[in-house]
Formats: sequence, C-alpha cells, structure tokens
Amino acid sequence: MTPDSDVQPFVFLGCAPVRELLGHEARDARELAAELARVPDESTFCHTAGGLLRRAVLPEAYPNDFAQWAGTELHDRRLAERLALVDMFDAGSLEAVRSELIGVLEDHLRHAPGPLPRCQDEPFSFCRLHVVPVPSGHQARTLAEFRDALAEVDASALFYHLVEARYRLGRGRGDFAEWVAAMGRPELADRLARVDPFVGSLERIRDRYLAALDEAAERPRR
Amino acid sequence: MPPTAVKLDDYRAVAPRGAVDFLVRMGERLRGRRFVHVSATRYGGGIVETLNRLVPILNDLGIETAWDIVIGGADFDASVSALGKALGGVEQVIPPERLERLRAVSAANVPRLALDADLVVAHGVAPLLLVDARPSSGRWVWAHPSDLSSPQPGLWPALRSSVQRYDAVVLSLAKFAPPLPVPRFLIQPSIDPLSDRNRDMSRAEQAALLDRLRVPRDKPILLHVGPFERRRDPLGAINVFRLVRKHHDARLVVAGTGPGEPDVLAEAREAVGGEPDVLVVELPPDPGLEINALERAATVVIQKPLHADFGLDVATAMWKAKPVVGSLAGGIPFQIVPHATGYTVDSVEGAAFRIRHLLSNPELIGRMGAAGREHVRRNLLITRHLGDYLALLAHLTS
Repeated sequence: MTPDSDVQPFVFLGCAPVRELLGHEARDARELAAELARVPDESTFCHTAGGLLRRAVLPEAYPNDFAQWAGTELHDRRLAERLALVDMFDAGSLEAVRSELIGVLEDHLRHAPGPLPRCQDEPFSFCRLHVVPVPSGHQARTLAEFRDALAEVDASALFYHLVEARYRLGRGRGDFAEWVAAMGRPELADRLARVDPFVGSLERIRDRYLAALDEAAERPRR
Repeated sequence: MPPTAVKLDDYRAVAPRGAVDFLVRMGERLRGRRFVHVSATRYGGGIVETLNRLVPILNDLGIETAWDIVIGGADFDASVSALGKALGGVEQVIPPERLERLRAVSAANVPRLALDADLVVAHGVAPLLLVDARPSSGRWVWAHPSDLSSPQPGLWPALRSSVQRYDAVVLSLAKFAPPLPVPRFLIQPSIDPLSDRNRDMSRAEQAALLDRLRVPRDKPILLHVGPFERRRDPLGAINVFRLVRKHHDARLVVAGTGPGEPDVLAEAREAVGGEPDVLVVELPPDPGLEINALERAATVVIQKPLHADFGLDVATAMWKAKPVVGSLAGGIPFQIVPHATGYTVDSVEGAAFRIRHLLSNPELIGRMGAAGREHVRRNLLITRHLGDYLALLAHLTS
C-alpha cells in the first residue's frame, strides 16, 4: 500500500468556462441529426456534460441540451425522452455519445409519423465550451484535508476534475478517484468513481462525494 | 446614483460557495494584464451599472482596468441612438453621410482614449467604430447584449468591415446573434445583489417606501414593473389582472420606470378607471429602492413584454424569491425555469391561468420563489459576470 506521504498533494483546479457560438443551427430533428454529424466533438461535450456548469435548479430537467430543446421547442416529448437517456458519462467517448445521439435521431426520423415538428421560436444553436483551468488555492495531502477542501471549493472544480479530466482529457476515472487510489484507498476510489454524474447538479455530486469520504473516515481502514 | 464602494469580499454572503475565492485566484493568474472598457456613458443602468461595480473590483484584483467613454455632440448621440434602434430592427433613416460623421467622431476620440491594452471591450453602439483605428497590439471585442438578429436591411453591409476588425463579438443570447465571420461568445447580463434595487431591506424601510408610494399591503400584490411603453404591455397586465380578480381578491400594481411613452401611461390610467385594486404608480427617477420594496411586497410578478432584450426585471424579482409569470420575449425564457421558478406564457389568458394556479396553491409560491433565488444565485449574479470577463480575458490573451 502506498504511504500517504509519497503521494503528490492534490491541487484543486477550478475552471472558468467561455461559451462560443458555432455557425451551426437546427430547426427540426432531421437538421439536428445532420448538424450533429458536422460539429466538432467539443460541441457534443458542451451540450451534454457541459450542461453541468449551468444546470438549472429543476432536478427533473432533461440532462442534455438536445433533449431540452426537443421538449421545449419541438414539443416532441418522445424524442426528448429518448435523447435524455443518452448518457455522456456512460458512453465512453465523445465520438460514442455523438453516434448514440445521431442513432436516436435517425431511428426517431424513421418511425416518426407525419410531418416533422419544427421549432417556432429558437433553433438549436450549437456551441463549444472553452475551459480555462485555474488553481483554486486548495491543496490536500491527506484524505481529511481533501474532504475539507472539497467542501469549500467552487463547484467548477468538481466539473474540472470529474468531467473535464475524465471525459475530455481522458484521465482515467477522474482526478479525485485516481488520487484517492494513489493514497492507498482503492475501495474508496472505486466508490467515488461510481458516483453517477448523469443525475443532478455539481452540488449534488459534491454531496455524494462528501458522504462517501465521511463514511470512509468513520470506518477503520482495511 | 453612483454605487457606494463595494469590495469583492462583500459578495461572499450572497455568491455561490467558493465562488469569491475562485475569482480571487483567477485575478491572481491574470495580474498585470491591462483591460479597457469603452462605453457611451458612465451613468445609467444595464452594463454601465455593472461596470461601475466591476471596474474597481478588477483593479482590486490586480488587473489594471480602465473605463472610458466616447465623447460626441448632440448629433453623435442622436446618430448612436438611431443606429442602435436600426440594429434592433426598428426602421430608421441612416444615410451614408450620417455613418461617415459617426466614423469621424470615433476617429477623433481615438487619440484621447488609452486603448493600448491586452483586451479592449467596446460596449454597445457608441464605441463600435473605434475599432477602425485600433492599434495592432491587443485584442478587441465588441459587446452588444441586445437583439442583433433582425437589423434594418442594408445596415450590416455598411458596418460589416468595422465589425470584422474585432477579434470577437460578445452577445447575450444565441437567438440575438447575427451571422458574423468572427468568433461569437455568449455572456449573459447580470444583476448586482448589493445594489439599491436588490440589497436586503428591513421591514421598516420597506414599509416606509411602500407608504410613500401609497401601496397598501392588505391583499396579495401582483406586480408589473417597466416603462410605460407599448412593447412592455402594461395594458396586457391589467387585462391579466381582470381575469384573475374574478377568482382572487388581489391587487395589481403597475409600476412605471423611466420616461416611457406618455400616451401609454394615459391609456393605462384610463383602462384602470376608478378600480381601487389597480394602482398605476409613476416611480421617481433612480427608483432602485422603490422597486426593491415593491418586489419584496409582491406575491407574484408579471413580466409580459411583447418584445424585450434580455429583460433582467425577471432576475431581480426572482432574487426576491418571487415566482415570475413571463412572456417568451427576449431573454425571459432563458431566466424563467418553467414550472420551477415560474411560468412562461403566450397570452393574457395563459398568464391569468398561471397566476390563478399560484394564488390557489400558495405552497407553490414559496417553493418557486426559493428555486428562483437559487437559480439567480448560480447564473445571473454579477459575480458570475465577473468570472465571465476574467475567463474571456484569459481565453483571448493567453
């Protein structure tokens, strides 16, 4: 087991997002599928996982922008529900999530009865998310310090270490779980890695991480 | 009224957890950069109010930040106003000579302005054409929060060469964006939770302000705030109230800000007639405190303009934990989370139905109000706006 003192301290990075409009727009499901095939992977990221940075307070809101738009602008509840179930965090890669979204749209188009609903107000405007990482000023050398820092940091730090690191930068199970594993706590690392970012907000994810860390602190280390 | 000196630390009590510390760290990372803002004026609401707060805070953070204004005569001001309306799609007469005079005034301003910076942000129409004489160093951004999607035909071709000289354009909503060959970033406007309009207020202070406005508190108050302008539809709010009043004993306050359109004020008064439960209130100039008191006294807030820009009146009401029933105009659907913080509606009848539903289910009013305040805390406070500027500075000048 790795002694804690041999592990580099965990340096928390928050991130400041800059949202850029791309020139791609869609007014119905067919255009959405066509444009999804054209936009860069970063745009898929922006409209799925990136939503966590600006998630509304409504817990039952659709978890990605595509589903939200299908529901509110196209009033196509069936399509919205199907798009909502595409799980960025489960798909494995940005390319996979894009394929899955296009697959849902194409299947929907094949089976949709009658003319396609078109948006009345706002077309779907594709964006991309630039993320500027900045040290939050928090460092942790022990699990206790890690827990306390996690309770304090700006929510964007959770996004950076759990979502940006894992799904855009390809850093394993996310920075938190990898560091905890390096600290000689593989079971706790597994538990943290299993916290599902798909449901809820960054604050809810923070609460689950803190609960797991608190429980681990009470339990004797095996 | 110019804002009193406020420090970034003062926002700790209202900003999301960890947000102020993170802004301080971002400031450390960007320390030494020079940031310049240029606008039409230093007095007024909107971005000017935001800059009055943010410029001193940016300097406190170690980012050398200057804010200057474009100076021109009455003809320049009138031309800027006409150009702003035309960009918003309201037909104006703008002959080429008028644009040339605008360019000449802008060029004359350039030597006076210290535009040597890492990032220059030109806010609105007045400084738009300064870019024609921009220095070769530094990045330039044009920020225009209003709707640019349907400008007066023929206008873009005349301005395109200038807009293309910018490194980027900042817009508030995707639906306001024109097609442009430069990067387009999205930054939403914000409210200042420490301003007169939004700061905490004691019950005694609130009561004194409401007494001064002669607003009784004996019934649930439905509140409509905005200039007496046709596009803000104060008459629509009165019609909504008439449908609601059949079922609920309530009071409507139609509070008018700014100069407005005199005939609309007269029409509103005539529409009300002698109804004691509808109050048409003309607010004094600089009515931040009065609106603050009214919003705190309201049970439900109505915002149903026929046409709007971002429409931060919604966010200010939500910050007072009030559910808002709003139209689909401008940025209102961006601010209201339907069924969570209020409702978006398409018609007078829709607004009346939703308000009746709220008044019949008072537990919803508290729940939606609380959700609205949290929504604003996370997405529409000036601390988020500051973070957006710092992120833009980092992104464009790294």
